[in-house]
Amino acid sequence: MGNDPNPDAGTAAAVDFQVVQDSPEFTELRKRHRSFVFPMAVAFLLWYFAYVLLADYAHDFMSTKLWGNINVGLLLGLLQFVSTFAITTWYVRYANKKLDPIATDIRHSLEDEGVGLPEDTK
Amino acid sequence: MRHAVNIPLAVTAEDIKDSTWINILIFALFVGVTLVVVLRASRNNKTAADYYAAGRSFSGGQNGTAIAGDYLSAASFLGICGAIAINGYDGFLYSIGFLVAWLVALLLVAELLRNTGKFTMADVLSFRLRQRPVRIAAAITTLAVCFFYLLAQMAGAGALVSLLIGIDSRLGQSLVITVVGALMILYVLVGGMKGTTWVQIIKACLLIAGAFIMTVWVLALHGFNLSELLGAAVETAGNPQLLNPGLQYGVSEASKLDFISLALALVLGTAALPHVLMRFYTVPTAKEARRSVVWAIWLIGAFYLFTLVLGYGAAALIGPEAIKSAPGGVNSAAPLLAFALGGPVLLGLISAVAFATILAVVAGLTITAAASFAHDIYANVVRKGQVDSAGEVKVARRTVVVIGVVSILGGIGAQGQNVAFLVALAFAVAASANLPTIVYSLFWKRFTTQGAVWSMYGGLGAAIVLIVFSPVVSGKETSMIPSADFAIFGLNNPGIVSIPLAFFLGWLGTVLDKNREDASKQAEMEVRSLTGVGAEKAVDH
Repeated sequence: MGNDPNPDAGTAAAVDFQVVQDSPEFTELRKRHRSFVFPMAVAFLLWYFAYVLLADYAHDFMSTKLWGNINVGLLLGLLQFVSTFAITTWYVRYANKKLDPIATDIRHSLEDEGVGLPEDTK
Repeated sequence: MRHAVNIPLAVTAEDIKDSTWINILIFALFVGVTLVVVLRASRNNKTAADYYAAGRSFSGGQNGTAIAGDYLSAASFLGICGAIAINGYDGFLYSIGFLVAWLVALLLVAELLRNTGKFTMADVLSFRLRQRPVRIAAAITTLAVCFFYLLAQMAGAGALVSLLIGIDSRLGQSLVITVVGALMILYVLVGGMKGTTWVQIIKACLLIAGAFIMTVWVLALHGFNLSELLGAAVETAGNPQLLNPGLQYGVSEASKLDFISLALALVLGTAALPHVLMRFYTVPTAKEARRSVVWAIWLIGAFYLFTLVLGYGAAALIGPEAIKSAPGGVNSAAPLLAFALGGPVLLGLISAVAFATILAVVAGLTITAAASFAHDIYANVVRKGQVDSAGEVKVARRTVVVIGVVSILGGIGAQGQNVAFLVALAFAVAASANLPTIVYSLFWKRFTTQGAVWSMYGGLGAAIVLIVFSPVVSGKETSMIPSADFAIFGLNNPGIVSIPLAFFLGWLGTVLDKNREDASKQAEMEVRSLTGVGAEKAVDH
């Protein structure tokens, strides 16, 4: 369709992606990615639903006053904000350090072989 | 309890009517400025890539602000403030769910989708599956989600303006919605994605700044002490339960289940919203995509902390009963609070910002729906790819007009409902129809076309049928059709049934599928999604 943002990159025909997929570099990249995001996703979803169930079924506990009018429910809610910010920062550090270097290497070597955008995007 | 409040509490629609002209003036000024920006930004819109993905030319910070702009819709500002002011702690769940949901997008979806180097969600989903069926299904779910989201925005626009100019007749509000629709069509036709991105950036800054000023103001009135603010809210409302969970959702076992359903829809919906997904394609590199999500998370998180203060502030300074009886009802809490704090000038400013918010979000949604129709159904299915980029843009423009008209009609039907609640329905539809297929196609090698089609149609169908037979549509005074009662499904939000069902159907459809998908395409998609090969703009060449 003539809207390729990077017109000098050729087609993907020359590269066998299954070979790349099985290469040790790519296997390592996938392992590093999944070993971070899967456990982390499970962890924050458990923590979120624990909070939701407490707010739904443990009214007395959540209504316990801590300081003045601040109760347990408000504190746990605000801690959801804190954990979201913390996981975000953690992931960015991990991705910059552990994922990006390998991903960039693989990308450069593929682009040197002439791989561009997927065909029907052009 | 010590009180620092000496503000006239009885803010009524009559007080606000006196300032109609100031509101209209500020509003017109703002719309004029944004239109000029759109015109200037859109001079270089030539190809389909420019029109949809802004030529991948935005930085992470700019794009993150635009994502926040897309996401912080009327639901976040008017809806959440109103929900907290009236239902207290139960309204807070919206803020938490809307924010935590971004972790799903950040960790599992955003970068991987962006790296595959496509334009629309349907492009990505049909990457390694059979093109036609998956593309049509994905385009239909995109249109459905955009439609529900648009309804909510239109309901918000109606509430806001009816408060501003004291229009509470149904006909008057319908007229207002028609004007918003016409403006929005103009925006999108002229600007394309690049134009709407700039509108989102400007509007996000104004909205966050406006909310910040009001937050500081409310806190200052209560000695910068959150506990004192909460105490004042309880005193005005005359109900200590405002601070505790259960005020809205604790009344019965069914409503408790509804709370879980809502929580599920909120946390899983974000990563499947087509207009948010589309924003990931407007940045040049994978690193910028990640950076933009991080920006968005910080901005959105900060904003939701403001809404907590604003919601309880509205409860303290105006009171739940006064809010409910104002024109616009629950959605008028934030503008009423602005009036109580800073009189007509602040009301005018905040309303203009809220109005621009709705306009910009509507524009973003419309262009997503238009792109989905023009690119996925028209260019790739009807014309089988035999269409040039100019022809595709022409169809996209016509689709914008059609969607504009449909959303105006829908908005007229959805008047008077809480905007955050209506948006939660769009989230439930997105999480049911799109998320299972997105997750499976990124992470499950064996996933097949049949699984995708079953999951998308099954999830979409279940969500819509359950909404139709819920108290949202009939059986209660607040329903869309209060005179009829066919609400056989007891929950307001369908998520708890439709989301697991869609995941199950995706699995079932795949294991029962006798066909195998092309393994080399799966390999290509996986390699591309993790490395971003070819999708980086030529920055390192």
